[in-house]
Amino acid sequence: MRSLLILLIGIIFGFTFVKGEIISWFRMVEMFQFTSFHMYGVIGTGVVVGIIAMQIIKRFDIRTLDGSPITYEKKKFTKGTVIGGLMFGLGWGITGACPGPIFVQIGSGFLAVVVTLLFAVFGTWVYGAVRDRLPH
Amino acid sequence: MDFLHQPWHWSIAGLIIGLTVPALLIVDNRRFGISMTLKHLCAMCVPMNIKFFDYDWKPYKWLFIFVIGTILGGFIGNVFFKNPESMVVAEETKTFLANYGITDFSNLMPPEIFSVGEIFSLKGLVFLAIGGFLIGFGTRYADGCTSGHSIFGLATLQWPSLVATICFMIGGIFCTHFILPFILKTVMP
Repeated sequence: MRSLLILLIGIIFGFTFVKGEIISWFRMVEMFQFTSFHMYGVIGTGVVVGIIAMQIIKRFDIRTLDGSPITYEKKKFTKGTVIGGLMFGLGWGITGACPGPIFVQIGSGFLAVVVTLLFAVFGTWVYGAVRDRLPH
Repeated sequence: MDFLHQPWHWSIAGLIIGLTVPALLIVDNRRFGISMTLKHLCAMCVPMNIKFFDYDWKPYKWLFIFVIGTILGGFIGNVFFKNPESMVVAEETKTFLANYGITDFSNLMPPEIFSVGEIFSLKGLVFLAIGGFLIGFGTRYADGCTSGHSIFGLATLQWPSLVATICFMIGGIFCTHFILPFILKTVMP
């Protein structure tokens, strides 16, 4: 039941990424060239809605479907936040995709992006392999 | 044109993406973050005794279910309900791209770069392989991507996520202004 709901949230999310043109390489070039407000509008609205939703969850002690309190791990700041963040930004600028859109692009019929996915997995693997030697 | 075929306003797309955060928490107490899929794929397929991948990925099955959903959603959105019209792209960006021979705006991605026939070319090497590698390495090093940091992290008011988001943007802006023109000049005929 929960799995079905998660699948459904995923489907709605992927559909939205297509209809909002968030998986479009053109929209990313526009965003980074500051020639369109579209992507800033999408991300800004998403963040504001997310903040409001999280405040409501906190104030009204909203729980999960099985009644447990909502919990999540906090993000830690490391040197990687900056170095890794810049590296990902370069990759985002080239491919026009983040990990989410990679999957949605493949589903949308852009099969060449399977190669992007394979190399993204490879990049993650290399990070795991050399992790101890990187500044954190 | 009906609502399911035409492209959506940014506020509608943003609203639904923002609501994904509480939806995943309420349904299954899950933290939104898609780049972890890449790590779990490593743990599942090629852990090779690397400490970072030495864990049981099965408790994270939900993320694979979610990601399969996004693939299906993409398929439904761009195959069954494809926008019949060309994308409306800003004139300045259109002119910039036309300089390099990119003029087809009929789909969400330029076929001049992102088509299966280009995989084994210089374009494929740069746009798919190198780009993909940077995404995979960078997101794990930064401990999150646009979903985990820029949406979930900012929604939960975590300052490291603000730093990460600013770095993502700096990387993307730098790339588009200083590296992309060079790449396009090199790979486009």
